[in-house]
Amino acid sequence: MIDKKTLLASLLGASVVLPLPALGQDESSDSDPVTLRMAYDADPVSLDIHEQLSGGILQLSHLTHDPLVRWTKDVKFEPRLATDWERIDDKTMRFTLRDGVKFHTGNDFTAKDVVWTINRLKRSGDFKAIFDPIASATAIDEHTVEIKTHRPYPLVLNLATYIFPMDSEYYSGETEDGDPKDEIVKNGDSFASRHSSGTGPYEVVSRQQGVKVEFERFDDYWDKDSPGNVDRLVLTPIGENATRVSALLSGDVDFIAPVPPNDLERVKADKNVELTTMSGTRIILMQLNQKRVEAFEDPRVRQAFNYAVNQQAIADRLMKGFATPAAQLSPKGYDGYNDSLEPRYDVEKAKELMKEAGYEDGFSVTMMAPNNRYVNDAKISQAVATMLSRINVDVDLKTLPKAQYWGEFDDRAADIMMIGWHADTEDSANLYQYLTECPDAETGAGQYNAANYCNPEIDEKVAQANVETDRDKRAEMLQAVEKALYDDAAFMPLHWQDLAWAAKKNVKLEPVVNVMNFPYLGDLVVEQ
Amino acid sequence: MIAFLIKRLMHAFVVMFVISVISFAIQSNLGDPIQQMVGQSVPESQRAELREELGLNDSFLVQYGRFAANALQGDFGYSYFFNEPTTEVIQRHLPATLELVIAATLIIVVFSVPIGVYCAIRPRSALSRFFMSVSIIGISIPVFLTAIMLIQLFAIGVDFSPFPVETGWGQWLNGVLSTEGGMPSYGRGNNLTHLFGTWDSNFFSLDGLTYLVLPAVSLASIMLPLFIRLIRAEMLEVLQSEYVKFATAKGISLKRIYFVHALKNTMLPVITVGGVQLGTMVAYTILTETVFQWPGMGLMFLEAIQRSDIPLIVTYLMIVGLIFVVTNTLVDLIYGLVNPTVKLTGKPA
Repeated sequence: MIDKKTLLASLLGASVVLPLPALGQDESSDSDPVTLRMAYDADPVSLDIHEQLSGGILQLSHLTHDPLVRWTKDVKFEPRLATDWERIDDKTMRFTLRDGVKFHTGNDFTAKDVVWTINRLKRSGDFKAIFDPIASATAIDEHTVEIKTHRPYPLVLNLATYIFPMDSEYYSGETEDGDPKDEIVKNGDSFASRHSSGTGPYEVVSRQQGVKVEFERFDDYWDKDSPGNVDRLVLTPIGENATRVSALLSGDVDFIAPVPPNDLERVKADKNVELTTMSGTRIILMQLNQKRVEAFEDPRVRQAFNYAVNQQAIADRLMKGFATPAAQLSPKGYDGYNDSLEPRYDVEKAKELMKEAGYEDGFSVTMMAPNNRYVNDAKISQAVATMLSRINVDVDLKTLPKAQYWGEFDDRAADIMMIGWHADTEDSANLYQYLTECPDAETGAGQYNAANYCNPEIDEKVAQANVETDRDKRAEMLQAVEKALYDDAAFMPLHWQDLAWAAKKNVKLEPVVNVMNFPYLGDLVVEQ
Repeated sequence: MIAFLIKRLMHAFVVMFVISVISFAIQSNLGDPIQQMVGQSVPESQRAELREELGLNDSFLVQYGRFAANALQGDFGYSYFFNEPTTEVIQRHLPATLELVIAATLIIVVFSVPIGVYCAIRPRSALSRFFMSVSIIGISIPVFLTAIMLIQLFAIGVDFSPFPVETGWGQWLNGVLSTEGGMPSYGRGNNLTHLFGTWDSNFFSLDGLTYLVLPAVSLASIMLPLFIRLIRAEMLEVLQSEYVKFATAKGISLKRIYFVHALKNTMLPVITVGGVQLGTMVAYTILTETVFQWPGMGLMFLEAIQRSDIPLIVTYLMIVGLIFVVTNTLVDLIYGLVNPTVKLTGKPA
């Protein structure tokens, strides 16, 4: 919330209320307030957490709101506003909600807020696609919610990580201009885009878009066990990579993300800051368009391309070790991850396959890649082009800024196109749905399948897995899909990008980072 | 005079019209703004709806006509990213850029005139040669490199110790080569003085000024050497002229000849170039502001391009065009004042 009353209240709160031991986080209540100054590459576009499905907005959601459940470091679920959950039947999941949780306005958090939030998510342009499987949400009593799905759906918990209950009372009614307070406006002003009330550890006290956002710790935050001791957060967007790193090294900010790969070594070498990295879940791959190039219809050619590319070398040399070589779409930790699949670099074998397929003398293809979207994207595409020249494939490469690239991607403008994908649901099925399923404009399947790869058998298997609610059985099915895609060489996987953050030595980042690329700053400890 | 201003006003309109057409024409190459607005899993049908809503499907002429009709009434449209009228967004970012340009201009004026004059009066002295060679380096290093080097030297600090630390002289030499750092590396800081409207100033507190130093020096770094060399060259020429020789022969003090007779005539071409360069400097703020995360128009423009925020891009280009037209008009007026033989309208007096 940023109206004046709350600003005053939180300022008073910081100076008057915090010293009371009953409300303070630790016994350190009489020490100075702890401020964390952080720099991200961009600031959230809006305070409305349902306006855009993006990293920036999700980061904000974890600050001002709390999800029902959240991901742990090893891709497991951790209870937050939901303390317990059980499956009633194939289509129903029952959540027990935490007692005694308050919103920033002081309203009590109850089941009706969860129902209200889910209904709003289903109206949000960006979120409605992933909330489509949910048929209804019902409040059974004050602290119990039942979520029903249209058909048996295994990923209700995954979706629950996106349910950040909003203060339904606060967002009900109309503004002075007569607009409903709960409307979601993509391109324009709305009540929710300028005001916020959640249950999260921080309240927004001031915001100047593109310049900075300031947060204060919420005094009545429910999680008294949280070790977090940061009283004030200042988020500054610094788009320029070199400047962001300089700001950290010169001590102007305490914490930065992302850390540009070219500066990883430099940051690591500095004795005042600490670099924290972990394996990420964003897969970088190349798609071979079968509609444009006849040769790509032959699985042997696609396999040959896979044998020709040295993923290990790209990860080691280009990415300087900050990437994990991939042979499949699902990263480790996902249900579909199949540990028997290894990168298959073997140029001789690749040449043999090309010969078998009748393309011993190779052919010419076009390739396109963005040059400012993924880490080292342009360099990676150059490396791949060079590697392909060893099997006599002549690549005409063009790299473009992301703003132009996606238009070309939608037009499928080149024979080979690069894409990076992170599954919004942290589940393998999402990867197949967007990247490998037969493209269908009606259902939206294969929306990013620039290979035009189509294998109805595999799609059928994914569909079966999507209604299997037994997690172990489902994992087995998904792993079989991953293997089938590998054998068919549906695409050229390259690597999963590592995640990297950097902070001053006294900022204890390690315990709060997770695969989602937004550290849980509510639990962050800054040593004094 | 009046006729001149009216003529200039017509020029301005033509220039603005051309800029608006060009910036509108390139928008199809600026990328798809929808892509920047929605999440990855949003289906095509919904994107099409949004595109229709924003009027991006209309033909070029329809879109331009709509824009021009609104623009004539002072409405330049809404920024896709800020969800605000573009003119308001620019008003908010303009003061930061102007302050940077003013600070850089001050640095240029304060340093270029004395150094340029000195180099002209004593062309063969060691100091002059030093200034000349440094200025060549200054011209050849791009602004963003200067900026990054300044940050490394004065914000982060450099610890350089090629000499033995044990010895006194080694320690002293190392100290000379190393820098402490400590200057702010980005942004405008928190100690801004509110002047009026959207104008918060860095000029009125010591803390605010420290934030201004590095960006202003970087921005000045490209123009300063240029002006030193320009003033030096002009002054050398003037010193060769008949009237200076005559004044010397008359026995007027050298000081008076240099600073009253010669300098005045030296400044004529310098003013012309200065006016044109002021516009160019606004363009250079794009680089400087990006490196220093200076929240001005240049940074805003670069980000608008990355986000394909077309209304904001068009408005920015038009406003920068306006700045160019206005500064050039002013330069011509000043020129007339400084040198009365110049006829503004080109007609015989």
